[in-house]
Amino acid sequence: MSTTKPAHPPTRTVHRVFYVNGEEHEVAFAPHKTLLEVLREDLGLTGTKHGCELGECGTCTVLVDGEPILSCLMLGLECDGRRIDTIEGMAGESGAHPLQTKFAEFGAAQCGYCTPGFLLTAQAVLEEDPAPSREKLAEELSGNLCRCTGYLKIFEAIEQVAAEKRGEAAGE
Amino acid sequence: MSSNGSSSQETGLSPEAQGLRDQLKEGYNQIGKSPVKVDGMAKCTGATVFADDIELPRMLYCKLHRSHVAHARIVSIDTSAAEAMPGVVAVLTGDSMPETFGILPVSQDEHALCIDRVRFVGDPVAAVAAVDEDTAFEAMNKIVVEYEPLDPVFEPAKAINNEVEPLHGYGDDGNVHKRISMQFGDVDGALEEADLVLEDTMFFEGNTHLPMEQHAAVAMREPDGRVTLWSSTQTPHYVHRAVSKVLGMPPSRVRVIACPNGGGFGGKSDPFNHEIVVAKFALMTNRPVKITLTREEVFYCHRGRHPVLMNIKTGFRKDGRMTGMHFQSLLDGGAYGSYGVASTYYTGALQTVTYDIPTYRFDGVRTFTNKPPCGPKRGHGTPQPRFGVEVQLDKAAHALGLDPAQMRLDTLQPSNSVTANWLRIGSMGLGPCIEKVVEGSDWKNKHGKLPYGKGVGIACSSYICGAGLPIYWNAMPHSGVTVQLDRGGGVAVFCGETEIGQGSDTVLAMCVAEVLGVELTDIRLTVADTHTTPVDLGSYSSRVTLMVGHAAFQAAERARELLAKAAAKKLEVPSVRLRFAENRVFDVQDPERGMEFADAVKLAEAAYGTIAVAGWYTPPPSPGKYRGAGVGPSPAYSYSSAVIQVDVDPETGLVDIEKIWVAHDVGQCINEMLVIGQVEGSVYMGLGEAVMEEMAYRGNRFGVHKIPSLLEYKSPTTKEMPPVETYIIEDPDPNGPFGAKEVGQGPLLPIMPAVANAIFDAVGVRVDEVPITPDKVLKALGAKDKRCGPRSFPDLKITDTMRVKTEAEGGDGTAPRPPKKKKPEKGKGEEVKAS
Ligand code: FES
Ligand code: FES
Repeated sequence: MSTTKPAHPPTRTVHRVFYVNGEEHEVAFAPHKTLLEVLREDLGLTGTKHGCELGECGTCTVLVDGEPILSCLMLGLECDGRRIDTIEGMAGESGAHPLQTKFAEFGAAQCGYCTPGFLLTAQAVLEEDPAPSREKLAEELSGNLCRCTGYLKIFEAIEQVAAEKRGEAAGE
Repeated sequence: MSSNGSSSQETGLSPEAQGLRDQLKEGYNQIGKSPVKVDGMAKCTGATVFADDIELPRMLYCKLHRSHVAHARIVSIDTSAAEAMPGVVAVLTGDSMPETFGILPVSQDEHALCIDRVRFVGDPVAAVAAVDEDTAFEAMNKIVVEYEPLDPVFEPAKAINNEVEPLHGYGDDGNVHKRISMQFGDVDGALEEADLVLEDTMFFEGNTHLPMEQHAAVAMREPDGRVTLWSSTQTPHYVHRAVSKVLGMPPSRVRVIACPNGGGFGGKSDPFNHEIVVAKFALMTNRPVKITLTREEVFYCHRGRHPVLMNIKTGFRKDGRMTGMHFQSLLDGGAYGSYGVASTYYTGALQTVTYDIPTYRFDGVRTFTNKPPCGPKRGHGTPQPRFGVEVQLDKAAHALGLDPAQMRLDTLQPSNSVTANWLRIGSMGLGPCIEKVVEGSDWKNKHGKLPYGKGVGIACSSYICGAGLPIYWNAMPHSGVTVQLDRGGGVAVFCGETEIGQGSDTVLAMCVAEVLGVELTDIRLTVADTHTTPVDLGSYSSRVTLMVGHAAFQAAERARELLAKAAAKKLEVPSVRLRFAENRVFDVQDPERGMEFADAVKLAEAAYGTIAVAGWYTPPPSPGKYRGAGVGPSPAYSYSSAVIQVDVDPETGLVDIEKIWVAHDVGQCINEMLVIGQVEGSVYMGLGEAVMEEMAYRGNRFGVHKIPSLLEYKSPTTKEMPPVETYIIEDPDPNGPFGAKEVGQGPLLPIMPAVANAIFDAVGVRVDEVPITPDKVLKALGAKDKRCGPRSFPDLKITDTMRVKTEAEGGDGTAPRPPKKKKPEKGKGEEVKAS
C-alpha cells in the first residue's frame, strides 16, 4: 500500500435532534444516511434489523411519530425533531411490553430477526384497533416478511394481547 | 463410563446410574412442556447480537468484486484505482489464497477469490477493505477485470453432453460432477410382475432459502496473532476447518464463533468466500473487518434447492402395493460442488422409508452449470423426489380405483425393518399421521366429492434425524457437551451447536435441566465457539435435537451421578432412591428428606473435586456397506402426512390454499411449542415452494438472476398463509434422546405434492412441475392430456449399475467390489460420507 496516498477525509456530518425511545438525542451523521443506518451505526441501536435495505421486507420497521415506517427508506434528515420508537425502547420501566412477552410465550419469534419489525408494527396496529380481525392483521402485517414461523404464532400472540387488554379470554 | 456416548441401546450403566435413569422416567420436569425459549426474551427485545450487529473499534468494511459474466477466463485484474483511493486500506485478489476449499472433502473446488476463471455471475474475484462501507463500495467498483469469455452452459441436459469446456478439472466426466447408479433387487422382474406400471417425468424447479438475515461476518486479529471470526453460519466447525486450511494457519490459532443466525434453512451451511476473505484482511491489516452481503449477493451465494428433472417408473399391484421402482434424477448443480454429491445421493435415498418398495433402482446425475451453486435447503435433496413419488402414487390410486389415503396406509414400510437399500427403520408413526389428517380434514367426505374447483390432496414423507456419518471421514463423536457445576447451583453448559431459530439452545438447556432437576434460568449456555465448546457438527440434516440431546443427556447424567453419590451418603438413602427436581435432591419415598441442589453440588465438589463432565454422541453403524451407503442412514426417521384443501379458479388458474392439516411423528416432543413452530414454519416454506418460489435466470444467455430481490422473488406473506391444523404423533424412538426425533425439515416435504394432488381432485389436471403457478394450471386445463410438465428425460449415460442384494434376497448390505478404475483423479479417492 502506498504511503503517499492522501488521507481519507473525515466524513461530513450534520447534527440533528431526535427523540428516540423517549429521550432526546443530538446525533451527528452523514447526511445521505438512512434512518436505519443512523439508528444502527450512529446511535448504536442495533435492535433494528434489515433484510433488503430496499423497502421490501419490513424487517427495519420502527415507529416515527407512532407510525410504522421502513427505516431503510427514510433519510435521517427527515427525522429532525421527530419521535422515533425502536425495539430497544419497547419495554417500559415496569418490564417488557405485553406484545414482547406474548411473542416469546407463543414462539412467535424463532430466529427473531424479523421480530422487532413485527412487534413495532403490531404495537401500532393495536393502538389504532384494539380488536383487529385476523384479516385485518394479515393486511396490516403483509409488508413484514418472516421466513421461520409461517406467521400463525405471530397472529395468535397479537390476538392474545388484544384479548387480554380488552379483558377477554383469547380466541373470542 | 460407556466409551461410545449414549448411542448404544445397551446402556452399560452401573446399577446406580440405571436406577437414577429410571427415576427420571417417573415424570419429566421439563420434557414435553413448552417453557419459553431460553433466548425468547432476547429476541423480543432486540438484545440478540447477530453477526452484523458486531461493531469493533477501528473496524474496516469489506466488499467483494463479483463477476458479471457467467463463464470466462480471467485475463487480468487491475486494482490500482481502488488501491489509490483514500480510505482504502487493503485490496485482495485470488493469488494470495491459492488453497481450495469446499464443504465436502471430494469437492474442494472453490477459491476464496477466483484465480484464473469465473464460473457464474456473482463469483467473487477481488476484495477491498476500507474505512467505511461507502468507500469500500466505490473502490470495489473501480476494480477492472479483463475476461476472455468461455461458452457457458446453463442446462443440465446440455451439460451432460459435454459440449462446452468443463467448468472444473474433476468430476465423473466433463461437466458431470457425479454419476450414480445402484440397484437393490430385481427391478426389471418386479416391473414385469406388476399389474400397473406408471412412468412419469416431473420437474422440481430450484428455489432459495431466503433467510431474513443477510450473511455477515466480522474478523479480528487477536493481540497474540490468532484470528477470531464471527459469522452467521450454521456450521462453525466446518468454517473453522476451511479458514485454517485456506489461510494455512493451525486450527488452534483460528477461532470461529457462530452468532445466532437470522434464519438459515441450509443457506448458511457452506464455508463462504466472504468469511475467509475478512479473516485474511484482519490478519493483513491488524484491524477488525466486517462484511455484510447485500440481498442481491445472498441470491448469488445461494446453495439452495437443486432443480431436479426426474423420471419415475413404478410397478403396482391391483391393491396398490408396489413391486419395484426405478427412480432417475438429473440435478442442476450450478457452478460448484458444495454439498452436491450428497444432494445427488439424497435424491435417491429416502424413497424407500415410507412405503414398502421391495426392489429399487436409483440413477442420479449432477451436472455443473454456470449458475450460483446449489446445495442443501430444508429437506436437502429429498423434497424433489418426494414430490415425484407422492404425485405418482396419487395417479396410481386413481388408476386402480383406490383411495389414496387408504392405499398409503396399506403399503407402509413396517417399523423395525430394513429397507431394500439397507436403511434401518426404528419407530415408524406414518400410519397414525395419515389417520389423523384423514380424520381431521374429513377426507372421506371430501376426496372426489367436492364441487368442481374445490379439492383435497394427500401426501406423506419421512426425513432423517441426523446423518449417520460425518461429512469428512473420522471416528470421533458427532456432538459433544460439557457440563460444569457452580457451588451456587448454577450450571454451565458448553456445546458447539448453533442456534438458527429452530430452538437448539432451548433443547440443549432443557435436556440438561431435565436430568439435574434445575430451572432453565439456572443454566448458562456457551455455544458455537470453536475455542471454548466441544465440537458439534452443525445445524444441518436435522441432527441437533437427536445428537446434542444425547450428548447433553449423557453429560448431565454423569454430573448427576456424582451429586447423587455425595447426597446419598449425607442423607443416608440409597442413591437409586434420589430424585432431582425443583432444584432439590430428595428421597422419592420421603420427599422431606433432601437438600438443595446447590448443597448437593458443594458436597460432590468436596468429595470429588471440581464437577465438570462431558457427554458425547456417535450414531450407530448402518447395515448398508456398499459404496454410497453413507447417505441415507440415520439413527431414526421422522414421518409426516398432510392433507391440503384448495380452491382452483379454472379461468385464471389461481390456486387458493384453503386449509392444511398436517401430522408429524416426532417421537417425543422435547418442547411442544417449538415442535409446532417447526411444523408450521415447514408448512409455510413448503407452500412457497409449491406455488410461487423459483430461482429464475435470464434468457439462458447471461446467467443473470431474474429476480434477486425480496420483492420479486415471491414468497408467502401473511395474506397467503392459510390456517394450519397440526397433530403431533408421539411414539418414542429408542434411538432418540427421551425418544425424540426431528421436526425441522420433515413437515415441509408433503406440502408440494399434496397441493398438486389437491389440484387434480379439484379440476382434474396434473401439474407435474413445481412451482405450480397459475399459468401452468391453465396450460394443463387447455392440454389434451390435461397435464403440464416435462415431456422427455435425457439419457443419463449410465454404463454400469452397482447391484446390491436386498435383505429379502439374503444380501448382507455389501456390493461386489467394482472393477478397479485406471487412476483416481485428484480428490476423487474419497467417498462422500453424508450431510
Ligand atoms: S430492510 Fe427496510 S424493508 Fe427491508
Ligand atoms: S422469526 Fe425468523 S424470520 Fe421471523
